[in-house]
Amino acid sequence: MSKTETDKGQEELGAAGSQLSTAPREEQLSGVPAMGVIGWIRWFWRQLTSMRVALLLLLLLSLAAIPGSLIPQTGADLNKVDDFRAAHKTLAPVYDKLGLFHVYSSVWFSAIYILLFISLIGCIVPRAWQFTGQLRGRPPGAPKRLDRLPAYTTWRTTAEPEEVREAALKLLKRRRFRAHAEGDAVAAEKGYLREVGNLIFHIALIVLLVAFAWGQMYKSDGTKLMVEGDGFSNALPMYDDFKSGSMFQPDELVPFSFDLKKFTGTYETSGPNKGTPRTYQAKIEYSTGTDGTRKAKTIKVNQPLHIGASKVYLVSHGYAPVITVRDGKGKVVYRDAVPLLPLDGNVTSNGVVKVMDGYTSPKGLKEQLGFQAFFVPTFDPKAGTMMSQFPALVNPLLAVNAYHGDLGVDAGIPQSVYQLDTTHMKAFKDDKGQLLKKLLRPGDSMQLPNGAGSITFDKEIKQWAGFEIVQEPGSGWALGGAIAAIFGLAGSLFIQRRRVWVRTVRGADGVTVVEMAGLGRSESAKLPEELGDLAGILYDQAPGAPDPDDDSSPIPDPHVVPAEGAEK
Amino acid sequence: MTLAAVTELAAGTNEHLASMSNTLIYSAMTVYTLAFLAYIAEWIFGSRSKVGRTANALTADDARTASRPAVTVKKAGGTAVLERPQVVVRAAAGSRDVPDGPGAHGGTVQGDLYGRIAVSLTVLAFVVHLAGVVARAASVRRAPWGNMYEFSITFTAVAVGVYLVLLALRKNVRWLGLFLTTTVLLLLGLAVTVLYTASDQLVPALHSYWLYIHVSTAIFCGAVFYVGAVATILYLFKDSYENKLEAGLKPGSFATSVLERLPASATLDKFAYRVNAAVFPLWTFTIIAGAIWAGDAWGRYWNWDPKETWSFITWVAYACYLHARATAGWKGRKAAYLAMIAFACWLFNFYGVNIFVTGKHSYAGV
Ligand code: HEM
Repeated sequence: MSKTETDKGQEELGAAGSQLSTAPREEQLSGVPAMGVIGWIRWFWRQLTSMRVALLLLLLLSLAAIPGSLIPQTGADLNKVDDFRAAHKTLAPVYDKLGLFHVYSSVWFSAIYILLFISLIGCIVPRAWQFTGQLRGRPPGAPKRLDRLPAYTTWRTTAEPEEVREAALKLLKRRRFRAHAEGDAVAAEKGYLREVGNLIFHIALIVLLVAFAWGQMYKSDGTKLMVEGDGFSNALPMYDDFKSGSMFQPDELVPFSFDLKKFTGTYETSGPNKGTPRTYQAKIEYSTGTDGTRKAKTIKVNQPLHIGASKVYLVSHGYAPVITVRDGKGKVVYRDAVPLLPLDGNVTSNGVVKVMDGYTSPKGLKEQLGFQAFFVPTFDPKAGTMMSQFPALVNPLLAVNAYHGDLGVDAGIPQSVYQLDTTHMKAFKDDKGQLLKKLLRPGDSMQLPNGAGSITFDKEIKQWAGFEIVQEPGSGWALGGAIAAIFGLAGSLFIQRRRVWVRTVRGADGVTVVEMAGLGRSESAKLPEELGDLAGILYDQAPGAPDPDDDSSPIPDPHVVPAEGAEK
Repeated sequence: MTLAAVTELAAGTNEHLASMSNTLIYSAMTVYTLAFLAYIAEWIFGSRSKVGRTANALTADDARTASRPAVTVKKAGGTAVLERPQVVVRAAAGSRDVPDGPGAHGGTVQGDLYGRIAVSLTVLAFVVHLAGVVARAASVRRAPWGNMYEFSITFTAVAVGVYLVLLALRKNVRWLGLFLTTTVLLLLGLAVTVLYTASDQLVPALHSYWLYIHVSTAIFCGAVFYVGAVATILYLFKDSYENKLEAGLKPGSFATSVLERLPASATLDKFAYRVNAAVFPLWTFTIIAGAIWAGDAWGRYWNWDPKETWSFITWVAYACYLHARATAGWKGRKAAYLAMIAFACWLFNFYGVNIFVTGKHSYAGV
């Protein structure tokens, strides 16, 4: 229905209403393509770049994004995907085939947005071309009947028609209309920025997408746990864990290194939120390139360190008590800060100490030692539990037990540094034959039975911080694109593109008749307001002449002469 | 637990302020109920008037002159010039030329009186409501959107605020009042019963001003989208009513009584479009602010986390709507359906995702 209506409106206005936008003209989807391959290709291209197909693709894109928000995604959380696989034995293989566990990198999702962006490019190029054409041309001349336009006014004046036209031209130009006189009328147009904004918006979308895709392909993302005093240099082997995009090359890692000097966490000490973190910060010293001078810097949550294209985030923290292990003769066989993994918000932690070599048992056997450690920064005897009561070091306590034998680290199977494989180990027992264990305060030691040595919980307790080092090229472009998109959009939505015509003719009685009319792309209250404003100013320069007879005003009553649409 | 999830939490709760906030919210609900009744009275008195029933015929001429910015020309000197050029406005070719209804009061004096009372009560309720939100914020010493209870009370306050601002700008929106107070009462009722979270059970708010910008603009956009959605629904009703009239059918008397008093479908449609279009760039900005914050907090600016995904879906849905308006054959009802889908996406994002899906945003839990 709208098609015929638009066409009707178009016919009536003639050229005056044309090209008020560069939106492509709608073509019938069912239109039969011309014969031959070329014909088909052209037909396909026309369809793809039509507004209707753009709309359908946009709808499809939003529909296609939905499953990824409801089904666990490998990119976000592998564990959840595994849980889902375990729970849905029949559904999971189907999902796998459809790529539903990685929707946003699946073939069909990519197909939609690639089509959309081809459509977008195919749309922008001709529109930009057409628009420059419009800028070089002039606003179209006045339609025959100005009183048919959405906003219209007229009056009779004693001034000469040429004079009024001159004044109108000047006025419109002063108001920054592009105006020119043509025949008995002045034609003017304003609001080209709307089109500019619209083009900028759509181009910015392309920039945004390309930057995003680029970032996905070339990104790298790794984590590193560092105890106070540790150093890190940005190379693949240094990472605990590393992921990268398909096109990433290890030599693209930005060369830099840094040392963790000190980690500080402060916590709410009272009230219902007692124990809630206030600040986390890591003091570091870093240097860029291979030899650069060292600079001090503090990394906080939400405030990563930027080094070139690399960003270093502070993502986790915990305690690393310093542990000393001695053999039966009192010789130190192990001394190190042992990072322990937090189990709860109050940093109750556990972990293991592994003495790989250097230990000899009282019987003269080369053995390895393993200790399981359970640590609380704040132990409260009144709490009735071993769990930590506060995240800071108020009353630290370490519980250990001990094993000896073969840690199994040489078997070649990768092993977690936080777990003890006791299959080839024997527990140390106390006098009663129970597993030997002891609660240690800082400075305390636990003696191993039969002069097998001792383990000491040193007074020094270090902290560790977990860092995530991310390189995502193109994010600057993405941000630039996003900002340009907002401004383009605002221009496109808030600026009206409109035309104004002023016609002056000498009536039969020798008195000049001025007619003014305005046309916008959408009906807006601003259009008649602006026209009234312009008319008022022009009226002062070409004041009214008395009517030929005392008859009614020359304004045609819209109810007497019904609007075109109301006729049918 | 990552650090990002447990940063910066405001200090101790002020119990007194918290209970004061609750009292204020309950008081606001009472006043909203009174306003709701007054709006009902406005509609009822309006329906009794003959004017209401035959509004179309009687107000046709008024509406015409009203939409004509009669003598927009003002002259400083005051020299009386008799004949000023008047601007005649006419509907674009192809659109229906139906005048706007007179409003809920149907042109009756009594209805209008109740309408005015309703608006005054809404203003009062809004002030109390706002005070409740501020007290809540003060009691937890952070922005009042840490959980769904706080989010709901803030969102409703902003929605009412948007309505009152539109009224203050002399926009013809009083017809929204009944629908607005109904939704606000429902949401607040839900908030104080199901969603209530004692103010000391705080979930950590993340310490970043980008987050504050992001969430506050999100709430504002939601309130404006809501107003757009109400106008869209009414447009759909009014449009089918006008279609029936045009086809020579006789709609039911209740429908006639209510719909006659609403603005014309073209006006409602235009209003909905303006509202949605005006806030769309801000919604775009909201998503970008969220991405910037995510980039600082999680290391990646876009993670396809469920909240982000649904913001994106909402954005694309509104983009569809705007596109539809520019595409022949999709204007009118089809575009309106798209607007409804888009708003449903927004709603799902703010309530559904919190309830059914968990993601990195899960700190905003129920
Ligand atoms: C990523 C996909 C796209 C998005 C998010 C998008 C979004 C938008 C938005 C929000 C508007 C409203 C601005 C306004 O009314 O001026 C708009 C307008 C427009 N879009 Fe798109 N668009 C997309 C793709 C396309 C494509 C593929 C085409 C071409 C077929 C296209 C052609 C247009 C045109 C011609 C307008 C202006 C209509 C008018 O003058 O009112 N867009 N677009």
